[in-house]
Order: sequence, then structure tokens, then C-alpha cells
Amino acid sequence: MTRQDAGPRTGPGLPTGHARATGARRRAAYPYAFYLPAGIVYVVIFLVPTVMAFYFSLTRWTLFDSEFVGLQNFRDFFAEQNLSIGFANTFVYAVLTSGLKVVLGLLLGVLLTSKLRLRGFLRSVVFFPVLVSTVAVGITFSVLLRPDTGLVNKTLALVGIDGPDWLGDATTALLSVALVDVWKGVGLATVIYIAGILSIPQEYHQAVAVDGGSAWHRFRHVTLPLSWPATYSVIILSFIGGLRSFDLIWTMTRGGPGFTSDTIASIIYKQYQAGFYGLSTAGNVILFVVVTAIAVPLTWFLGKRQVAA
Amino acid sequence: MKTSHRTLGAALAVLAMTALTSCGSGPEPASDGTVTLSFLVDNSQATVDTAKALADAFMRADPTIKIETETRPGGSEGDNIVKTRLSTGDMADVFWYNSGSLLQALNPAQSMLDLTGDPVLANVQESFLPVVSQDGKVYGVPAGTAMGGGILYNRKVYDKLGLRVPKSWAEFMANNDKIKASGVTPVIATFKDTWSSQLFVLGDYYNVQAAVPAFAQDYTANKAKFAATPAAMAGFEHLAELHAKGLLNEGFGSATVDQGMKMLVEGKGAHYAMLSAQLPPLVDTMPQAATDIGFFGIPGADPATNGATIWEPPGIYVAKTTEHAEAAKKFLAFVASPPAADAVNKVVAPPGPYRIDGAELPGDAIQAAKDLQAYIDAGDSAPALEFVSPVKGPSLEQITVAVGSGLTKPAEGAAQYDKDVEKQAKQLGLAGW
Repeated sequence: MTRQDAGPRTGPGLPTGHARATGARRRAAYPYAFYLPAGIVYVVIFLVPTVMAFYFSLTRWTLFDSEFVGLQNFRDFFAEQNLSIGFANTFVYAVLTSGLKVVLGLLLGVLLTSKLRLRGFLRSVVFFPVLVSTVAVGITFSVLLRPDTGLVNKTLALVGIDGPDWLGDATTALLSVALVDVWKGVGLATVIYIAGILSIPQEYHQAVAVDGGSAWHRFRHVTLPLSWPATYSVIILSFIGGLRSFDLIWTMTRGGPGFTSDTIASIIYKQYQAGFYGLSTAGNVILFVVVTAIAVPLTWFLGKRQVAA
Repeated sequence: MKTSHRTLGAALAVLAMTALTSCGSGPEPASDGTVTLSFLVDNSQATVDTAKALADAFMRADPTIKIETETRPGGSEGDNIVKTRLSTGDMADVFWYNSGSLLQALNPAQSMLDLTGDPVLANVQESFLPVVSQDGKVYGVPAGTAMGGGILYNRKVYDKLGLRVPKSWAEFMANNDKIKASGVTPVIATFKDTWSSQLFVLGDYYNVQAAVPAFAQDYTANKAKFAATPAAMAGFEHLAELHAKGLLNEGFGSATVDQGMKMLVEGKGAHYAMLSAQLPPLVDTMPQAATDIGFFGIPGADPATNGATIWEPPGIYVAKTTEHAEAAKKFLAFVASPPAADAVNKVVAPPGPYRIDGAELPGDAIQAAKDLQAYIDAGDSAPALEFVSPVKGPSLEQITVAVGSGLTKPAEGAAQYDKDVEKQAKQLGLAGW
């Protein structure tokens, strides 16, 4: 079809073939002035600092002045003695927390979509920790996990178990923080699962019931596969959250004892605290690349499965 | 409709710009002729009390100048606040900050008022000036007193067990064994507050400089290393030994300094490697902290060269951006005068000697301060390494926690610290690294 075929223009107004004629360029929904405030905020607060960060990662920067040193900061960052611990811890933490959030979130989601009497109340209870500030959670659990006076070890003592110094012992520190992270984050995973499970049409359950399937069949062949979009969201959210995990670790162990619960984010923060601004910016650039390198393929892979399901 | 959209958009844009640009408005000048000075201090109880005593006494002496104190967090978080405010020109008129190596990172020549040769320094002891100087220019006056970094010990426990203050590490360990046998924790460690783990290394510097007098110069010039200097490595070895022999309190990994001080004052622990400045804030709630707790320098290998490591007082500095330089100098001149010391003595028990000529410890000074004064009077004291060298690695506290928890071998810890120091020196752009 050519332009001439569209017929004669009969007067002012939009030509009928306009949208197609201009190809991919669609008419903006609002005048450009309307985008300006958001655009300025985006440029000033996001784009400019991002570009500056890439520049400052190549400098030795004291806040007072900066000196261009090329890739020296990246070399120094990779030479950091505890970097391998940091990477391993970050990865363990991300896998552990997102894995537990998926399992517990799914189970709680199934429980809280059942016909329980106190369902509404229990849903609020599960979601409540999400609303509490992470720092407050960290401080509270630091007190609860104290070796001598903490509630956790006192409770364990009642059943005759001599609990360890959860946060002060190198073998349990990271694990303890990860479990607290799960406690705090599982509410969000549960809510996502509740939404996912509720969006499964009842017909599927009825179909399984008609075929004589048990509760396990309903879970295994209906709920589990059809809540895949929810699983996908939970994994992405908690895995990325785990990779850049910082606040809880910092309030509970500060990467300690020694360097045993350091993650990449806490290593970067300590460098920033030490006044190595260029070096810590280089670390952030590396963290950005690592998170992107893991999150993009993960999104692609999980998105593909979602379409298949 | 289109026009109103545009107008709305433009209005929003203007609003956003105003919001973004209106963040930095300066203080209004006072109308009645008085000058108001802002005074930034860290938020530890001892500092806040001292700063308030100084400000109150000064305002009584000079009613035309008003001092408004504001607080900031301590530690490296505070360092960053100070650096950020100095580099953005947003610093308070006068501010309280560490002397020694930390000051070097603030770029004083660019950010602070040069006080070299100024009459405000008239009463400041000559030997203090190097720790508030860079390239021969002086930038600050001493705030409060010096303090000791060594072992705080419970004198009641010592009396009960008939122990003597140890002059060597071997005597110290012998005391520890007796204390352990009596059921009291010999050495308190509080690794949750990681900074407290460094004392066995930093407080050992008197012994290091006694054995290797040129250590500070060589260390600054990248010639001496902790791992290659047996005297310097002793601190790391001590930490490891205390842990290996099971002399630390239970739950040392998650204990805090507050808990440690409480254990010490209550006599549940006998020794605590700490700064004497931790004691005065406790005197209010636990009066026995003033009398029961004594101080001795961390003992070294040789009983003949026993002494104590001193932490110099922090400084009070004037920001270059101040609009009230004259008033600020008046305040500094007051801070560095004996009447200021008297005013502080009334509020906070001094944890060590003043660095101001004519300012004496009061007769009812706390025991730890008297013990420290005795070391100084006998000439058996040396400033800590961070006051004689600009190089101090930022990760020492994590390394000493790892060594003190038995996670890292002492030699390995010392080598890690040497690498950490190298990173710092490179970032500071020091010559020879």
C-alpha cells in the first residue's frame, strides 16, 4: 500500500495513515514539557553521578582533589586480600537467602491461601518483618543472639543445648545473618506467592479433583508449575538483593569476626570509610558489572522458562 | 488543554529546579552585634561533656560570642562527614577532630586556618604542636587531655590476689594465670567494637620504639615493616597468645566496649587493653571506676625498658571557610588556656595530663590518670605510632580481631597489615611507596 492509496486529504486534521506512515515513531502521550521535571531529576540524580562514578573510579580521589591513575584502582581492588572471601560470601549469601525465601515463601503462600480461620491476621504477621527497618532488625537480632544473655541461647539452654556465639564465631556469623535476612524477607516472597497462587484459575484444581488427584497432585501439577511467574519474581528480587546485601551484615557483624563475613558491598564500604574514595568507586563499578553479568542472563533464562510454562 | 499542560509542566520544572538549588543557604547574620560560632564535635559522651564545658565557660568570659555545638558520629563515619563538609565548604566555624595521622588526610593547608605563630598557641606545649601540623604549619590547639593506651586493671582484684603491676610480658602472663585460677576473667576482649582489638598492637608502641628507635621514620619511608620487625610483631603475637591460652572472656567476639568496661569495673575481669579516656564517663554511674581502676603500659619483653604509650589529645581547628575568624581564634585561645582546663575539670574527670602550660591534673584525679602521670613524670612514655607517622592502615582492627580470635596467625596478620599500610600510603600519595 502506498501513500497515494490512502485517498485524498479532505481537510485539516490527522491523516488516517499517520501512525503507519511515520514508522516506529509513535506520538508521545504528553507534550515534552511534561517530561521535563522527571527528565531533569533523572539526569541530575542518576545519569550525571553514574558517569562521574565511572570517571572517579579511574582516579585517586581524596574529595579535595583527584589525580588520574588509570586502572590502578581496579588492580588494587582485585589485589584486596579478602576479596575472594567477599565474593564467595556474597554468592553463598545470595544463593542461601533466595533459595530459602523460595521454599519458605511457597509453603507459607500455600498455607495462607488455604481456608484458615485467622488467614488475614496470619498474612499480616508474616508480612510484618518486611515493614521494619533493616537496621532495627539487625540491632534486635544482635541482642537476641548474644551468647550469654541472648534469648536464643537462653531458650536453647532450656533444652540442654549450649548455643554458640552466633555472631562472634567465624563459623556461624554469615549463616546467622543469612537466616535473619530470610526471616525479614520471607514475608515479601509469601505475598508474591499468595498473589501468584490466587491467580491460578480454580478450574485446574477441579480438573485434578475430577481425575481423582490427591492434594499432593494438586500442589505438584497445578500450584507449583502455575506459580512459576511468582517464583521467577522472588528469585530475581532476592538474588539481586542478596548480591548487594549490606545493611544487615553491617549492623550485625560489620563483616567480622575479622573478615569472615565480608561481602563485596561491605569491602567497598570499608574502603570508602577509610577515605579511599577512588578505590571504593572502582569497587562499585565492579559490583555493578558483576550484578549485571549475573542478573541479565538470569532474567533471560527465567523469562524463557516463564514463556514455556 | 494543551496550553495548561505546558504551563503545568513548566511550573513543575521550575519547582524541581528550586528544590534542587535551594539546599545550601548560609546562616543569617545576627542583628544585635553578637557573633554565633558553630562548633562541630563527635558524639561520644566525654567529648560532648568537654565541649559543652569549654563553650559554657567561654561564653561566660566573652558574652559577645555565642557557641552553638553540633554533634556528629565518631569513627570512620565521622571522618567522612568531616571530609565531606570540608571539601564542600560547608564546615562549622570551629571543629573538633583527631590529631596525628588522621589529620593528615584532611588536607589542612587547603581547608583550615593556619595558626602558625599565632598568639592562640601561647600556652600550648611545644611538644604537642607536631601532631596538629603539616609541612611545618600549625592548625590546631589541644582539646581536653592526653590519654594512655595500655592495660586498665582492677586494683581490687590485684589486692585480693596479692599481685604486683607487671614490668614484663612474662610477669603479665604469670599474673593472668593466677587470676584465671581465682575464677576471674584475666583479659577482657570486646571484638564487636572492632577498634578496641587494636590496643595490644597500637599500645605496644612504647616497646617498639624502645627496641627500634628509628622505627617510625623507617616505617613512614617504606623501609621498616611490621612483619619484618620482631619488636613490632610482638603486639600481634600477644593477641594470639591470649586467645590460644584461653585467657579471654566468654563471648569476646560479640562483646562491646561498654560491656567490657562494666566487667572491668565490677571486677568480673581483671585486665582490659583500652584507652584511659573510657573511664571518666563511667564515674557518674559507677564511682568506683575512679578509684578501683588503675593503668599500666603494655609490658614488653624487657622489664628494664618498661613504659606507657600515650595518645595525644585531639585538636580544635578553624575551617578556612569561616566568616568569623577573629571570634574563632578567641575561642581557640581560651581552649588552650589554664582556665579552660579548670572549667573542664569541674565537669569531666581528666583521663590524662593536659598539653597546656599551667594546666594541672586536679588532686582528685582518677587513679588511671595519676598512674599515667607517673609514667610521664619519669620520662617513660612515648606517643603512639599514629602521632609520629602519617601512615596508619584502615584494616588493622579487622586484622587484630582475626588474630585475636585465632583465625589468622600473628605473622600472617602482621604481613596483612603491612599490605594494608601500603594501600593507605599509596592513596595518600606519600613519597617512597
